Amino acid sequence: MSDLVSDNLNMQFTTPSGLVVHALKDVSFTLKKGELLSVLGPSGCGKTTLLNIVAGFLKPTSGSVELDGKEIEGPGVDRGMVFQQGALFEWLTVAQNVDFGLRMKGADPTETAKKVDEWLEIVGLAGFGDTPTYQLSGGMQQRIALARCLINDPDLILMDEPLGALDALTREKMQSLVLKIWKETGKTIMIITHSVEEALMLGERLFVMAPRPGRLHKEYHLPFAEMGLTQDPRDIKKTQHFSETREEILSMIWDMEEEIMGGGSL
Amino acid sequence: MSEFLFEQRNTIVAFLIIGLIISLALSIVKGRRVMATERTDLVFGNPAKALGGWYWIITGMSFVMLIWFYFSWDAARAYNPKAANELCQVAKVESAIKPMRSQFPLDKQNLRGTDLIARDSAQLERINNSLQTLALQNSVKLEAAAILTSLHSALVDQANPVYMKASLATEFKSIAARIDSLTANFNDPDFPGQPTVAQQAAAAAQPGWGDTGKEIPVLATTPLGYRYEAIAAEIRLIAKDFVKLRNTSPHLLAQVADINSRIKDAKARFKADLNISIEEQEARTRLYSQLNKMLKRIDDGAIYPPNSLDDIQSSLVAFDKTHIAQQGSLKAFDTWMMPGGRIMAGNSACSEQGSGRWLPKPSDTLGTLMRIADPDIGFKDIPLLWYRWQPVGGMIAFLFPDWIAELVPGDYPRHTQNGEIKSNFKSNVQDFVTGNYESFSIPVPMGHMWDSIIRVVIGLFFGIILGVPLGLFMGLSRFAKGFFDPMVELYRPVPPLAWAPLILTIFGIQDDGKIFLLFMVAFAIMVISARTGATGTQLSKIHAAHSLGASHRQILRRVILPNSLPEILTGIRISIGVCWGTLVAAEMLAGTTGIGFVENVARKQSDYEVIWVTIIILGVLGLLFDLIMRAVITRTIPWRGKG
Ligand SMILES: Nc1ncnc2c1ncn2[C@@H]1O[C@H](COP(=O)(O)OP(=O)(O)OP(=O)(O)O)[C@@H](O)[C@H]1O
Ligand SMILES: [Mg+2]
Repeated sequence: MSDLVSDNLNMQFTTPSGLVVHALKDVSFTLKKGELLSVLGPSGCGKTTLLNIVAGFLKPTSGSVELDGKEIEGPGVDRGMVFQQGALFEWLTVAQNVDFGLRMKGADPTETAKKVDEWLEIVGLAGFGDTPTYQLSGGMQQRIALARCLINDPDLILMDEPLGALDALTREKMQSLVLKIWKETGKTIMIITHSVEEALMLGERLFVMAPRPGRLHKEYHLPFAEMGLTQDPRDIKKTQHFSETREEILSMIWDMEEEIMGGGSL
Repeated sequence: MSEFLFEQRNTIVAFLIIGLIISLALSIVKGRRVMATERTDLVFGNPAKALGGWYWIITGMSFVMLIWFYFSWDAARAYNPKAANELCQVAKVESAIKPMRSQFPLDKQNLRGTDLIARDSAQLERINNSLQTLALQNSVKLEAAAILTSLHSALVDQANPVYMKASLATEFKSIAARIDSLTANFNDPDFPGQPTVAQQAAAAAQPGWGDTGKEIPVLATTPLGYRYEAIAAEIRLIAKDFVKLRNTSPHLLAQVADINSRIKDAKARFKADLNISIEEQEARTRLYSQLNKMLKRIDDGAIYPPNSLDDIQSSLVAFDKTHIAQQGSLKAFDTWMMPGGRIMAGNSACSEQGSGRWLPKPSDTLGTLMRIADPDIGFKDIPLLWYRWQPVGGMIAFLFPDWIAELVPGDYPRHTQNGEIKSNFKSNVQDFVTGNYESFSIPVPMGHMWDSIIRVVIGLFFGIILGVPLGLFMGLSRFAKGFFDPMVELYRPVPPLAWAPLILTIFGIQDDGKIFLLFMVAFAIMVISARTGATGTQLSKIHAAHSLGASHRQILRRVILPNSLPEILTGIRISIGVCWGTLVAAEMLAGTTGIGFVENVARKQSDYEVIWVTIIILGVLGLLFDLIMRAVITRTIPWRGKG
């Protein structure tokens, strides 16, 4: 019953100049508890919009999203969000960022401190509690954002290109971290990415979205996330299944982009 | 201690200047050496090139101080304290000889007589020409033209050697001889002999250069000074005798008498004639008054034959040469060490003119600062910054409004039959809220500086605590923005000083009005900066806070407020600057305390030293405020711009 159910979701924006943008059209899907979903698609196809509706930051024009049978009507602690970048509170220290949610709830300080230490340990930042956040690298900041979200124990974790701004190596490590957390906590995770490889590695399920209007184009069920828990990601990427799927999705997205650009000449 | 420093100020300044020159030279050498060894991979435009460089700071500061010492003549006074007194005597000679010199083509182009002839004959010509256009009878015109011709010959005949007054030749000779003998005395090392004891005592009794203010000792104190003082006395007499001379020859007197009677005659006939049109009446009245005026100009015999003054002129030129030569090194000292002005001699005093006057000497400025910083002297009976003992009761009472006592039930005590008054609870409360009871005292700061500072602080305080919440509210709510924006924008663009006359009238010229004015200034700035800060909050941060379960209040307090802090602190920093400037101007406008008031009074009294003292105090306090704000900013928002 603790599923995420999206039913005929439509989202239309009206720009200040009066133009109507159909960002999402008839998006319906069901995400079961504990599933790991990655969403892929060309720029502007409505991924962020979808995530924002699920998070409760936006109200859909029509249709509804339900979590655990309750319709989503605003932001809530049951859905944690990790942003692409810049959403940390730079005036706070690492620990103050991580325990922000608990402090807002008025939780017991000693308990909170213990939890913070645990989470810092998990994301590999033990001992950084008193460091001001602005002094940390981009990768470290994303790990704090992850810890800040997870310490609240949300049912559903939403990530909007959380690893987009990181270098290849850090990115790979973070991917393993996400997989590890997914396995250990069994949370439902919805992750948006621009990278096809990342979508394959982090997606038990994978939605490819198409633009104009934004809609679900194709859905995959993939074994790579499961495999990534035990195997070296580089070995997985070498398998034929992986590279075939990658090529298929890549050419699919290429076609969509070409359609947008008016048959680009590459 | 401070008296000793004041007495020794010339010596101190002399050493200080040498020190400054040395530090200037050394820091330049140091700077050039660093430049030579500097890494050359810093290309032009790299800001790292401007880092560090304390030696250039020393260079700049020494330079400014030296300029100040130099142009205020403090350097001159330090190295030659008697120079001003000597130059004062020189100035006396110059001012004594001036009435005589001005008759000769020495400081100007023409002999005075040449100028007079040119001017007066041109004027006669003009009157003659205007005759034709006037509505006059022909006979009148002819008569007037004849008078003009006579006036002209009375004018030019003065230049004719034939008509020159007989006694003049010898008198000119005598004047020339007196000047020559004075010149000889000037060159005589023994002239004028030793000063009398009384003279010396009087000279010694006078205060030194700048001891009591701006004046320069007027009585001579040095041999050179005595010589010039004596020469000045003599030359003044000669000049007086010379300017009294007149070329009033019998010929001129006869001409003047004749013209005078002709004008009178014509006027009398005109007065008697009753059928003259009003137009002609006016024209003739004006004509006769013009003729009379011309006669008055010409009749004093101020013109001499062209070469009659040659002797006196060459005597004056010789005197001039000696006058300059005798100054010797003093002349060079005046030119090089006392730039931008000179010393002028009046009737009873000598004074500095130019930069020596309006740019006070650093040593005197410091002296003035120390004088008015002395709490017993202060300025207008109020110290600059001091403290006074004030009972605590009054200060506590200030926090409670007096009407609280009225709320207490019951009546105030009434006197008893034996005239006693017993206090009750209601009267006790009243005593408490009015501070009417014995309490211990604590020291409280006071004075002009304190008054200015506290006005800024209070105005700023209210501006911040009211402006920031409103600004945040306006940044978050369409209603608040729309509703309050017109009110703020209605008064904000008006320069604060334009409000001052109105606000000071409404709220009073003392603290209340000024504080309210500063509040207005700070409030507008704080509203705008807090609003900018609030609208500048990244949406993703607010989203994050929402999904972390923060309430609206918590988001405001924990996300939007800290996020706006850089703008708010910058706003405070700007407010302080603007408030400070506005306050000083407002204090100049009205009131009886504050640094601006001090400066305004000093301006009215042309007390340049106090003006500079206030300028320095205002600058230092302004800098201090800004340094404090800078420290606060680096401390509280080190994360600024790094989000
Ligand atoms: N507030 C808005 N007002 C008007 N149009 C909007 C608004 N937000 C999004 N859109 C439009 O909706 C469409 C989808 O936007 P969205 O941000 O969801 O794309 P995206 O898939 O996340 O793209 P990207 O991969 O570049 O982040 C775009 O065409 C965008 O222009
Ligand atoms: Mg997006």
